[in-house]
Amino acid sequence: MMKFTLAWLKEHLDTDHALGEITAKLTMIGIEVERVEDKAKLLAPFIIARVTEAKQHPNADRLRVCMVDTGSGAPIQVVCGAPNAHAGMKGVFVPPGAYIPGKDMTLAVGTIRGVESRGMLVSEFELQISDNHEGIIELPDDAPVGAAYAKYAGLDDPVIEINLTPNRGDCTGVHGIARDLAAADMGKFKDPSIKAIKGEFPCPVAVTIETPALCPAFALRLVRGVKNGRSPDWLQKRLTAIGLRPINTLVDITNFITYDRGRPLHVFDAAKVRGNLSVRRARKGESLLALDGKTYTLDDTMCVICDDDGVESLSGIMGGEKTGCSESTTDVLIESALWEPMNIAHTGRKLGIDSDARYRFERGVDPAFALPGLELATRMVVDLAGGTPSDVVVAGSTEAPERVIDFPLSELKRLAGLTVSLSETRRVLERLGFFVAGQGERVKVAVPSWRGDVQGKADVVEEVVRILGVDRVPSTPFDRGEAPRKPVLTTIQQRTRKAKRALAARNLVEAVTWSFIAKPQAELFGGGKPELALANPIAADLSDMRPSLIPGLVAAAQSNADRGFPDAGLFEVGQVFRGDTPEDQLMAAAAVRRALDKPSGVGRHWTKRDGEADAFDVKADALAVLAAAGAPAQALQVVPGGPAWFHPGRSGTLQIGPQNVLGHFGELHPSALEALDAGGPLVAFEVILERIPEPRARATRTKPVVELSTFQPVTRDFAFVVERTVRAADLVRAAQSVDRKLISAVSVFDVYQGAGIEPGRKSIAIAVTLQPRDKTMTDAEIEALATRIVAEVGKRTGGVLRA
Amino acid sequence: MTDTAQLEQKILTEVAAAGDESALEAVRVAALGRNGSITTLLKTLGTLAPEQRKAQGPLINGLKDRVNAALNARRESFKNAALEARLNTESVDVTLPVREAPFEVGRVHPITQVIDELTAIFADMGFAVAEGPDIETDDYNFTKLNFPQDHPARDMHDTFFFNPKPDGTRLLLRTHTSPVQIRTMLSQKPPIRVIIPGRTYRCDSDQTHTPMFHQVEGLVIDKSAHLGHLKWILEEFFKAFFEVDRVGMRFRPSFFPFTEPSLEVDIQCRRDKGEIRFGEGDDWMEILGCGMVHPNVLKNCGLNPDEYQGFAWGMGIDRIAMLKYGMPDLRAFFEADVRWLSHYGFRPLDLPTLAGGLSS
Repeated sequence: MMKFTLAWLKEHLDTDHALGEITAKLTMIGIEVERVEDKAKLLAPFIIARVTEAKQHPNADRLRVCMVDTGSGAPIQVVCGAPNAHAGMKGVFVPPGAYIPGKDMTLAVGTIRGVESRGMLVSEFELQISDNHEGIIELPDDAPVGAAYAKYAGLDDPVIEINLTPNRGDCTGVHGIARDLAAADMGKFKDPSIKAIKGEFPCPVAVTIETPALCPAFALRLVRGVKNGRSPDWLQKRLTAIGLRPINTLVDITNFITYDRGRPLHVFDAAKVRGNLSVRRARKGESLLALDGKTYTLDDTMCVICDDDGVESLSGIMGGEKTGCSESTTDVLIESALWEPMNIAHTGRKLGIDSDARYRFERGVDPAFALPGLELATRMVVDLAGGTPSDVVVAGSTEAPERVIDFPLSELKRLAGLTVSLSETRRVLERLGFFVAGQGERVKVAVPSWRGDVQGKADVVEEVVRILGVDRVPSTPFDRGEAPRKPVLTTIQQRTRKAKRALAARNLVEAVTWSFIAKPQAELFGGGKPELALANPIAADLSDMRPSLIPGLVAAAQSNADRGFPDAGLFEVGQVFRGDTPEDQLMAAAAVRRALDKPSGVGRHWTKRDGEADAFDVKADALAVLAAAGAPAQALQVVPGGPAWFHPGRSGTLQIGPQNVLGHFGELHPSALEALDAGGPLVAFEVILERIPEPRARATRTKPVVELSTFQPVTRDFAFVVERTVRAADLVRAAQSVDRKLISAVSVFDVYQGAGIEPGRKSIAIAVTLQPRDKTMTDAEIEALATRIVAEVGKRTGGVLRA
Repeated sequence: MTDTAQLEQKILTEVAAAGDESALEAVRVAALGRNGSITTLLKTLGTLAPEQRKAQGPLINGLKDRVNAALNARRESFKNAALEARLNTESVDVTLPVREAPFEVGRVHPITQVIDELTAIFADMGFAVAEGPDIETDDYNFTKLNFPQDHPARDMHDTFFFNPKPDGTRLLLRTHTSPVQIRTMLSQKPPIRVIIPGRTYRCDSDQTHTPMFHQVEGLVIDKSAHLGHLKWILEEFFKAFFEVDRVGMRFRPSFFPFTEPSLEVDIQCRRDKGEIRFGEGDDWMEILGCGMVHPNVLKNCGLNPDEYQGFAWGMGIDRIAMLKYGMPDLRAFFEADVRWLSHYGFRPLDLPTLAGGLSS
């Protein structure tokens, strides 16, 4: 997290711009301001006042009635319960209508035990500047009555909180933020050079890096004879303003430089370090009691700093409690190191430590500042705590790789649509610390050590665009080009769209259910393959990729039933998974109808055209979806029975030949329902849209000529008695086959079994429509055809005309 | 009074007196039947002298016509009376409720509707719709998109993984629809203009996050597409999508591994008692991330970044649906509560079109 105050910023930026301008600019150059806490504004109603009179409250022993002089107008009467309220004192007064942050309330005129109170004398707690609510704030005699308290007390420094993108390590310090603002014309960057401090003796502690990949450099120096105690007020104020707790001078200095320069440091109490320091991978099972008071168990992916006693610090994340600096520290070892960002991020995540050091090292610190940072820290230690510094020992190298980008200015136009002159480009880049060489169309741009994120031309374009403002990029119409207006949707996209609206048009409601379901349910519906099980499911019942939409829909229907809506009809058109390759992901359309949810209407109805949803309802749904999605109706076959999760006698399979099964419909198997913990009756269908044959490309949109016969169609009814196992579709097909040209339709209008029909047999009544095309049929011709129909049906199904 | 006049009087009296169809038929037969009184008179005409016939003919024929008319009128009145009597017994209670039309009851999910809206808007700008699998490789979801090897998004805390294969690789559930950008660039030659809507997954579940959600991305690759075009496209999109005349937008520099420069986009809005209005107000709401496709991403897809260029953007479908239609809670999108779906869902015939309006 990155936080700083306006005054702190002004240490690095000479600026007259108002807070609002600065924060607006920060956001617009890519340093997003998350929050601004403007205490001056918040505390504006709180003014310094004098208590001119404090009398005992007539009706309450512990209250006083005070008259308060606020510097303007007549004294104001305030009822006060603070034990320290007395005449002649100066305190902080707030009038009615003001917001009291410590109490999270707006003050009103009150009457306390019969005496009116027109304001309040406040405690530090009520101002939210400390936990002290023992008494009201008491100010020295020279405090100016009528002045704003926040300004008087130095509480008016606004705090700015930044939400920093992971690429900007340089903006984890106030210094870097000031540099960006200066580049964006918000003031002059203050960048005085840091002077090295000569060591007065050799550093007695040596450093060895065993893992150079995780620690490119480690610098260390001892300061002997320091006096560690409370840090000065200005430093404490800086830290408390951004929510850090001052600890002692040495620790406060490291925290200050962390925020001031984005350079985390660590201080060891030299008296507690045994022998020399080494940087190595932790060994599995090693542990460290860290400065946050918690013990962390380490493993060999993590990098640590050790002395002869073992692990003393978790590299770049947090120091150890044992070697930490306290008030009794007299000799301090200051560490300034470079750590591999990915490893820091990884370790921090693994251990769950969000430290200020991790925040900076995982974004990448300026390698070239490791040594100046150490000098800066030494200077502060010597200045604030005294002592004598040693020489600096450095293991590894803080050398930053030099990066020069060959940059054609035309890149700005090409990628950003922005025309910028060389001089303007140069001005922006150089203020950001880049060096621009050359005068022509192609220049060389040297990247500063603190901008490890800038790697190529596009990054340079971003720098220029960011600082000049994206607003300068002109919105440019994007012509759709010469391409003809053709449909853009693919076959499966069209099918998906049509399937959804076709089902919704059949009174079903679309649900979107999770793509993952519980393993037992996946197994029940033909899934549960190991390669479709998540390694890290978010919940046990969301563990496996769904093989079917039905389990999710059944669960959804059941939840609705549990909420008091038993007649739910839900559909989903979405992906199902047969394996983990892209080809194994298929687009399914499925629906469930529960209880009285029928296509003709939901619930009971006086027309009696109601009842429980049945297999034929979902058969109709399935056929409607297939038709809408473009399946060839003529080629579709309906075969009795379906997969194991369907009722064996009340389900069917839709196919185009046995090799291409499109889907299934029917009543769910009672044991499947039970396993899903759902009640019925419940019917469902599911089809796979990819299984529908690809439509043939048509050369023309012209439809074939329609043939409208001038001769009346003739209809003849037949009732056949057949075995109960005979399928109606076979009987219809038999009749149809007698004369495909003449017979235009065969419909089933009655199915009957019971009295009058032998047990084991049933009667199927069909209406056959004949459409003559060139002449009216004679009775004899019709009779002849009827005879052939009876014969054909008899031959193929064993059916005989019902007596 | 002549004979014919008397006869007419008599017959008309009988017609009027006939109480039903059969009585009337008897009157007809008596007058116009084979041996009826008028028929008999007509037969006499042939025996008359020409002058007499000339005088008598019209008289008798007139009589016949008038009697016929009277018979027809009487017959009509019987029919009307019978119909009226029948109708009087045939009333139904028309206040009985009928079933609602099924297409008035059914709903498509708001996500479906919004995807159709997006498709309508972008198809008009020449964009196709690209799709890809939910189960992705680490390479397409991260590496080719220029994510560093140890990026936090690759962590088990953020991404759903499958178990490692024997060769050590492991598949994952895509965390964004961006791998489809990679698939598109690898399989299709520029110019490319696609939008990519789809399901995405992250290990996240709280008030405002669900482990599954929907994203839409856009990708343009050609030899000249730049940030100015991106700005224009997004402006056009938001005006069309939110159905407003203007929309204030703010582009802020940001960072994503797969774009450079990267931008976040805020849109201007006014928040008022839980309702959000766009195209007015002085609040800003972050709505999408975008940028120029990173040169490394182009290279990873076999495109020379000095020759080809383009931009991409991405946003949450669920989120823009919530903003446009005012659903307060993301989690409800996936709870399949029929009350919620009936309320926030869309009728199947309300197909969004640019001609007819997206949401009307």
